[in-house]
Formats: sequence, structure tokens, C-alpha cells
Amino acid sequence: MLLLVTLAIPALGIDTEPPFGDPQLQARYERLGKELRCLVCQNQAIADSNAGLASDLRRELRELLEAGKTDEEIQKFMTDRYGDFVLYRPPVAPRTWLLWAAPVLLLLIGLTVVVTVVRRRSRLPLDDSPDNESHPA
Amino acid sequence: MLRYLIPGAVFLVLVGFFWVGLQRDPRVVPSPLIGKPAPQFELQSVEDPARRVSSEDFAGRVYVLNVWGTWCGGCREEHGALLAIERQGLVPIVGLNWKDDRDLARRWLNELGDPYVVNAFDEEGRVAIDWGVYGAPETFLVDANGVVLHKHLAPITIEIWERDFVPLIEAAGAQGDPS
Repeated sequence: MLLLVTLAIPALGIDTEPPFGDPQLQARYERLGKELRCLVCQNQAIADSNAGLASDLRRELRELLEAGKTDEEIQKFMTDRYGDFVLYRPPVAPRTWLLWAAPVLLLLIGLTVVVTVVRRRSRLPLDDSPDNESHPA
Repeated sequence: MLRYLIPGAVFLVLVGFFWVGLQRDPRVVPSPLIGKPAPQFELQSVEDPARRVSSEDFAGRVYVLNVWGTWCGGCREEHGALLAIERQGLVPIVGLNWKDDRDLARRWLNELGDPYVVNAFDEEGRVAIDWGVYGAPETFLVDANGVVLHKHLAPITIEIWERDFVPLIEAAGAQGDPS
């Protein structure tokens, strides 16, 4: 019971507007709302935040969807005003290549280190007596 | 030797990244409006609902747009600085009263003094969104061609004004008024 109550609370306050009649629009509204960052409370999306600005931005989002704008047009509306910072998923552009490549690069570096260490270890004598350790190469 | 050098180098690079990264204020988001035409607006004024305030009113002039609200603590903090800036008489300060109550805003101006030439009443916050406003107080500098030159976030002080705004105003003025 207590669990149910605690789970119910966050759902109450945030978005008090009635849903769209068109389920497709509603789905886009929910998806875009999660991809747009609330600038006042920077670790929340505008869909999760009850800050005044977030509800204003939800209203803009709602109106843009109703006006038949595409996802790209809506994202451009937001970035023209607030910059790429509003997008939780930054665009792939020359200045973000490093950002997007970083996970793969770090993984490759990690793998290289692991492979080198394992290979070197496998060449060490099996005898692991204290005698060996006291004479580093 | 290398086995100490490489981790050491990695460590130093990380220190460098954190050194720079942690000194940045995550609340300061660079505005994409700098160097672009300032957004147009037309609103009622705080002082008189019958009076319209439009960005056209300031076309051809360098002006400052200051976003404020009576609910905003930082706005109270910077109010003295705005009054001092107004006394300098360098450029007009236009107020954008953001998501506020008209009566409270009027009382604020009566009690604390009024540094603004006029105040636009943005009750719904639509103009503020066009300007990319996300936290009052914010202060914009717009040149005579209607281009946004600078944006300051957080309360303004005379020091910040002298350092960041005045040189830009002088440069904008030197380039010649279109009139």
C-alpha cells in the first residue's frame, strides 16, 4: 500500500494537461518531451519537471505539434532559442564527433590495455614466489 | 619506466579536463542568439494595459533588455545596479516582466525605483521563450541594427556592466547610428 502511494505521487503533479486526441501525436509529445532538457532543473527533461519554464515549454511543444510541425522543425525551434544544450541527444556534427566517438575510443583503449597486460602476464614465469617480486625488471 | 609514465600522463590529462570543466558554471548556457537578430515582440506594458510595447519602438537604437520578476530574488539583488546604470544614461533599459503579477510589479517599481524606460508584460512567458530566457535575471544588449550583442546571466553589477557592456556599447555607437 505504502509502495503504491509513493509510486502514485510523481505521476500526479507534473503534466496536468489533457492528452491529445490523436494517440500518434500523444506518443510524439511524450517522446519529444523526454528528449528536451529543462534548463532550470538541468538534470530533468521538460516532461519530468514541474518548473514554470518546463510547463511553458511543454505548452510550446503541444502547440507546435498541433500546428503540424515535424520533429526536426520542433527541435530547431528549441535549439534556435536555447542552443544544443536543450537536446539530450546532441546532433552529430564536426564539433561533437569526439563526443560521439568517445565510448568506442575508450573501449578500444581499454581493450588494448587488457590485451597487452594479459599477454605480458602470460610470458611471466609461473613461479610467483616472493623472490621474483623483490627483483623487478 | 613506461609503466609509470603512461598512467601518469593519463592522470595529468584528466586533471586538465577536470581543472577546466569544474571551473565552468553549468548554469551558464551560451545563448545561440548572440550575433543574431533579436526576437520581435509586442506586448502590453506593465504600467498601462492599453499601451503596447514593441521591439519596433527601439529599432535603430542600442538598448538593454532586462528580464525580471517580483518572484525573483536575484532581480531584487541587481535592482540597485540597474538604477545606477540608468543614471549613467548610456542606453535605455527595457524591462521584460516575466510571468509576474501586474500589481506586484507596479508596487515593486514604486517602492524600489524604476530604472526602465518601459516594461513589457510577458505574463505567459512566450516572449521570454523566444529570447531563450531560462532564469531571471537575464540582461541582453541589442545594437542599433537589432542584433543581440551580449547576454548576461545572473544579477548584473556595475563591475560587470563596465567590463562587459560598456565597451560593446561604445563600439556599437562608434560604428554609427543609422539615423
